[in-house]
Amino acid sequence: MLNSSSVLEFKSTTFFTPILILNTNDIAAIEQTLQEKISMAPDFFKHSPLVIDVRELNKSELDFSVTEIVETLRRIGLFPIGLRGGTEQQNSQAQKLSIPVDAGRDHDAGAAAQHDRRAAVATDAGAENPAAESMNGEDKSPKAAATAASATAGLTAQSAVPVQPVRTMLVTQPVRSGQRIYAPGDLVVMSQVSAGAEIMAEGNIHVYNTLRGRALAGVQGNTSARIFCLDLQAELVSIAGDYKTSEHITKAIQKKPVQIYLQDHALIINEIA
Amino acid sequence: MARIIVVTSGKGGVGKTTTSAAIAMGLAKKGHKTAVIDFDVGLRNLDLIMGCERRVVYDFINVINGEASINQALIRDKNCNQLYILPASQTRDKDALTLEGVGRVLEELAKEFKYIVCDSPAGIEKGANLALYFADDAFVVTNPEVSSVRDSDRMLGILASKSRRAERNEEPVREYLLLTRYDPNRVKSGEMLGLDDVQDILSLQLLGIIPESKSVLTASNAGIPVILDEKSEAGLAYQDVVARYLGEDRPHRFIDDKKGFFRKLFGGRL
Ligand SMILES: Nc1ncnc2c1ncn2[C@@H]1O[C@H](COP(=O)(O)OP(=O)(O)O)[C@@H](O)[C@H]1O
Ligand SMILES: [Mg+2]
Repeated sequence: MLNSSSVLEFKSTTFFTPILILNTNDIAAIEQTLQEKISMAPDFFKHSPLVIDVRELNKSELDFSVTEIVETLRRIGLFPIGLRGGTEQQNSQAQKLSIPVDAGRDHDAGAAAQHDRRAAVATDAGAENPAAESMNGEDKSPKAAATAASATAGLTAQSAVPVQPVRTMLVTQPVRSGQRIYAPGDLVVMSQVSAGAEIMAEGNIHVYNTLRGRALAGVQGNTSARIFCLDLQAELVSIAGDYKTSEHITKAIQKKPVQIYLQDHALIINEIA
Repeated sequence: MARIIVVTSGKGGVGKTTTSAAIAMGLAKKGHKTAVIDFDVGLRNLDLIMGCERRVVYDFINVINGEASINQALIRDKNCNQLYILPASQTRDKDALTLEGVGRVLEELAKEFKYIVCDSPAGIEKGANLALYFADDAFVVTNPEVSSVRDSDRMLGILASKSRRAERNEEPVREYLLLTRYDPNRVKSGEMLGLDDVQDILSLQLLGIIPESKSVLTASNAGIPVILDEKSEAGLAYQDVVARYLGEDRPHRFIDDKKGFFRKLFGGRL
């Protein structure tokens, strides 16, 4: 007989999903604008999963039908996989369409948060218990903490695809020469990063110690990602593919606390005063 | 419970074998039954430093291959009956070492010995990885120079990710720093890194600083671990290392005799 682990396995993971923020309830206008966007970047949008954010609509008290929006999106080849900022009634409409509901990180969204107290609480529990995790691996792929799964389980129990917030990875051990760390979200390193080590994140990188190795933020193209570190002695820093090697990092900011960001494709390194 | 100690560095010629012989002797002299294993297949020299090269019949590889029992291969030290040496093979190639075989030998030794000291070969290849894989404690031997420090850092990364303890998610290998061939005058003149420079990069628990000393060469030529030389500063420094490892609190010495320098160097770190 097969034991349960050979039949299936639960793995928690994190992934990015575009969020479609609707500012109007004009379905025709939404459809036309989306068609234009898709024709500009068909590969990017084709079959793209997305989360529908209706907070603005609810704030402006605009009337709309979740069913109608979902059908429109599906017709033009998009896959709505979540609803955010909906009222209780809108959420139940979404769930009838097998679309999970996320009230996560919505504390200022007034009505929506209040309407779905249960979900909001579940997300809070997750936030108090962040997927803080020590990574030490050479080429070990990041594992998401079990808390991520349990925190979202509450809001996605009735649905097939959980929408998980991207979590922060915390590293407390020194990152030694030859080690590589990859964070699918933000990366926080409390200890030193040695020369010859490489840390990468799809989001921001924070190093609360000396950074001697290579740090690459926004590795999937997020140009607004930033790198922060207390003591810059890096071999290379990069944001969304734009990089500087140590020979191009001016002496004035070496061994200083800095933040690094992109401005018009130029990598800016500023001392944090 | 036996404890497996790996003496490792990445870089060659830094003093791993000297250290392995010294601490194995030191632990045995304190009454702990200790085995020291040479993992440097093809470049064996632990037996020379231990002065037992003419008594080698069987070696580590013979035991792994089942050609000899452990008791046939272990050589009892001539100076201390609590100490045994398992020599490396000079004639086999490195591939003869297997994870399964090494594991089997260590498991068997663990039944009889309190400490098992693994003298790692240089490099980050198979031999070095096998020497550290089963370790509980790691003595990271580093010379006060940039390339040695960098290699030690690399080894620490491997310990933290490729050791059995790391793979099993157990309590990590305990890592200790041994700064060897330390020459205070060359540190002072800036030719060598100081302890604080090294600790800036490695930040490990310091087990000891072994001064550069002619007595080390004399001792290895005589086949007597330098720790038995009571007149040698290196020997006394190794005695301190063993005592500290066993939990004793001893001040660091032989770093410099010039007053003030000691305090400046350590800046409260110790
Ligand atoms: N503290 C020391 N003072 C002087 N020479 C040393 C010292 N430690 C090691 N040596 C010498 O350095 C060389 C390499 O030492 P060894 O222990 O064989 O290093 P490894 O095993 O790391 O290759 C040997 O010639 C040894 O005598
Ligand atoms: Mg050696």
